[in-house]
Amino acid sequence: MGMAFSFFSVIGLMLVAYLGAGLAGWHYLFGVIIPYVAFAIFLAGLAYRVVKWARAPVPFRIPTTAGQQKSLPWIKASPLENPSTTAGAVGRVALEVLFFRSLLRNTRMELHRGPRLAYHWEKWLWLGGLLFHWSLLVILLRHLRFFTDPVPAFVSWLEGLDGFFRFGLQALYLTDILIVGAVTYLFLRRVVIPQVRYISLPADYFPLFLILGIAATGILMRYFFRVDITAVKELAMGLATFRPFVPEGIGVLFYIHLFFVCVLVSYFPYSKLVHMAGIFLSPTRNLPNDSRARRHINPWNYPVKVHSYEEYEEEFRDKMKMAGLPVEKE
Amino acid sequence: MASLPKPDELLAVNHKPPRTGWMDIPVKFRRGTYLYGAKPKNLEAVGLPNPREWSPEEEDWKLPENWQEIILEGLRERLGRFRTLQIFMDACVRCGACADKCHFFIGTGDPKNMPVLRAELLRAVYRKDFTTAGRLLGKLFGARELTVDVLKEWYYYFFQCTECRRCSVFCPFGIDTAEITMIARELLNLVGCNIDWIAAPVANCYRTGNHVGIEPHAFKDMVEFCVDEIENITGIRVEPTFNRKGAEILFIAPSGDVFADPGTYTLMGYLMLFHEIGLDYTFSTYASEGGNFGLFTSHEMMKRLNAKMYAEAKRLGVKWILGGECGHMWRVINQYMDTMNGPADFLEEPVSPITGTKFANARSTKMVHIVEFTADLIRNNKIKLDPTRNDHLRVTFHDSCNPARSMGLFEEPRYIIKNVCRNFYEMPENTIRGQTFCCGSGAGLNSDEYMEMRMRGGFPRANAVKYVQEKYGVNMLACICAVDRAVFPALMNYWVPGVDVAGVHELVGNALVMTGETSRETTLRGEPLPVKGKEENGGE
Repeated sequence: MGMAFSFFSVIGLMLVAYLGAGLAGWHYLFGVIIPYVAFAIFLAGLAYRVVKWARAPVPFRIPTTAGQQKSLPWIKASPLENPSTTAGAVGRVALEVLFFRSLLRNTRMELHRGPRLAYHWEKWLWLGGLLFHWSLLVILLRHLRFFTDPVPAFVSWLEGLDGFFRFGLQALYLTDILIVGAVTYLFLRRVVIPQVRYISLPADYFPLFLILGIAATGILMRYFFRVDITAVKELAMGLATFRPFVPEGIGVLFYIHLFFVCVLVSYFPYSKLVHMAGIFLSPTRNLPNDSRARRHINPWNYPVKVHSYEEYEEEFRDKMKMAGLPVEKE
Repeated sequence: MASLPKPDELLAVNHKPPRTGWMDIPVKFRRGTYLYGAKPKNLEAVGLPNPREWSPEEEDWKLPENWQEIILEGLRERLGRFRTLQIFMDACVRCGACADKCHFFIGTGDPKNMPVLRAELLRAVYRKDFTTAGRLLGKLFGARELTVDVLKEWYYYFFQCTECRRCSVFCPFGIDTAEITMIARELLNLVGCNIDWIAAPVANCYRTGNHVGIEPHAFKDMVEFCVDEIENITGIRVEPTFNRKGAEILFIAPSGDVFADPGTYTLMGYLMLFHEIGLDYTFSTYASEGGNFGLFTSHEMMKRLNAKMYAEAKRLGVKWILGGECGHMWRVINQYMDTMNGPADFLEEPVSPITGTKFANARSTKMVHIVEFTADLIRNNKIKLDPTRNDHLRVTFHDSCNPARSMGLFEEPRYIIKNVCRNFYEMPENTIRGQTFCCGSGAGLNSDEYMEMRMRGGFPRANAVKYVQEKYGVNMLACICAVDRAVFPALMNYWVPGVDVAGVHELVGNALVMTGETSRETTLRGEPLPVKGKEENGGE
């Protein structure tokens, strides 16, 4: 049900753009107003989310330690799996963000008769996730071509690298293939693996379909139904320089693509997609394991009722004296 | 106690989830798989709310009239106090990497034991009451109302998590189910829904200073029983002191080591070691517990129970504190104590009086783990060891969850074991160190009425022990946790008969050559020592 709901939501969104920007011809609405509003929602929403997280205190230092602690000088500590310094913790987070370190540990359990457990190699989720996220980043950076003039050198360089292979006369971007492949894989595993299917919510399928829609429309525009690239760039430059202007003759495919992107970015801060920001703030990963060496302060640490030694001795004094235990009051 | 199925029957489990969605499957309280509710006297003893006679099996849990309001208000308050909670509620992408990492999922196949679903139990309520989309879209957004049935599910599943943090190692965002469970248990405690196996030790510890409720004179007696045993074996009378002012070091061990086998052998190991090196230390009957079942109740209760350590160190005027072999005790000390009850500015930075080593990693809390302390002694050749006395043992080491994943104490115990035993074998890589499997009975779940679930949850650990038993003939499971020592004998007996359980310092005690000792004939367990030189001489 969740899957169908998400799928038809995305189809519905496509129809909205098709009807609005295509049949009704509301180009200014779909080319300028909605993108600005979506971007504003994205910025405000993400800022709200991150500020809300950041304002919540971190009362205790609770890193999950996956390597040897720093203790005696002759024991080799594990600075990235169990950092004892801030630099180490930064390195640990960097490994998580750039290479999905924790996911790389993944294994698959199998229970055999006996009973006997076995653990199997399973890095596909890691690989699929990594390819998806890196492709997305490269594609985003490539799109800077539309928003800059002159185009920065690194964007052209990235394009050259990404477009190493040829498709007819033009460059075939590797990331286009990878992102479709990776998102399809992420979708399939969600459907095929029974446990993952069981935990999946509409909110898990929706972004996958939406991203697939964005990639598909992008690819169609680039390789099959060419749109007027010059016009697209004029529109993008207009948006970027706050002098919005809608050139004539951009195909409806572009407006569907753009509308999908607008929906995705405005959905972003209110969904699980905030994991992008969450990983940086996750206290089990971004803190050094140094709370025995440096006192961590809890801003809301409040006094509590304790059972004092005096109360204890009061209750047991006679027994303590009989047993020859020292007491404060004879 | 419910009867326990045979090992080959117990794990006929299917890990494939049912067709019915998890929100539509009500929780069943079947004997052997849930824990008894807290008795009123144990809640009253520490002033916890809603003390009453009740049973989870009964329909009516005798909750306060406004219980929903209490819990939702409690959740609101905690969202404001813990960044972890907010991020863990918002950031999960349900990738499922955690699913088969949980020993309870492996052992039961119950989908709600997948860490992701355990967290969703709380998340669904969070969405309903704290997010706009959840309020508007309800179930479509994975939100659901907090009903009595949901509360019962919380009780069942948050007391079916040992807070071992294994899933957190594999989570790409570091989402920590232990943190979620801790906070969910806090919420349950707001309406009086604790388990008695946690509430009773908490009540005991508050009054008598230890979980098992040993009063001061009895505590001294029990330690002295071990002193007699040591004298029988070594001919040396060690002389521990109690509540002694002016000692250099306060020693705090889990009370399980004083209370029962095989922990008592570990205690004998501590006593012998301290005597041999002439350590100026004292026990305390007031701070006679290293463990802290407050950790399994609420952050506040953890602080209330932990406060005794620093208070007693201050009263006795010691320089620093040495802590025994205990698992969750060390999570509290490493990650909470200084923050909660510090600063311990009345203590000094710990320095080993024997080797002069400064324990710089403990310079703020002023508390050193005995395994760090002993490893340093061995490294500096301060004690004489005869590892052949452990030749009858083929040892493997279980990394207890808390010292492993909330501290990273991996090499120190191995260094000691390799110096006191000659036959040491590691279990498979993905079952040790940071990926170690829980004993299945941690976080207050080590009660007899829970035996079936404990055997299920402990299975992955036992399975790895079985592997080294078959491959190397391992017959001893060493550990540095009192709960381990209490629960592993039953687990081994059930899954891997023929494997015993020992604390690392029991092995140290066996190997320790004490000045002036008589020729030893038995181990600390009173079993005959292996005959020396038998193998080398051919022994035809």
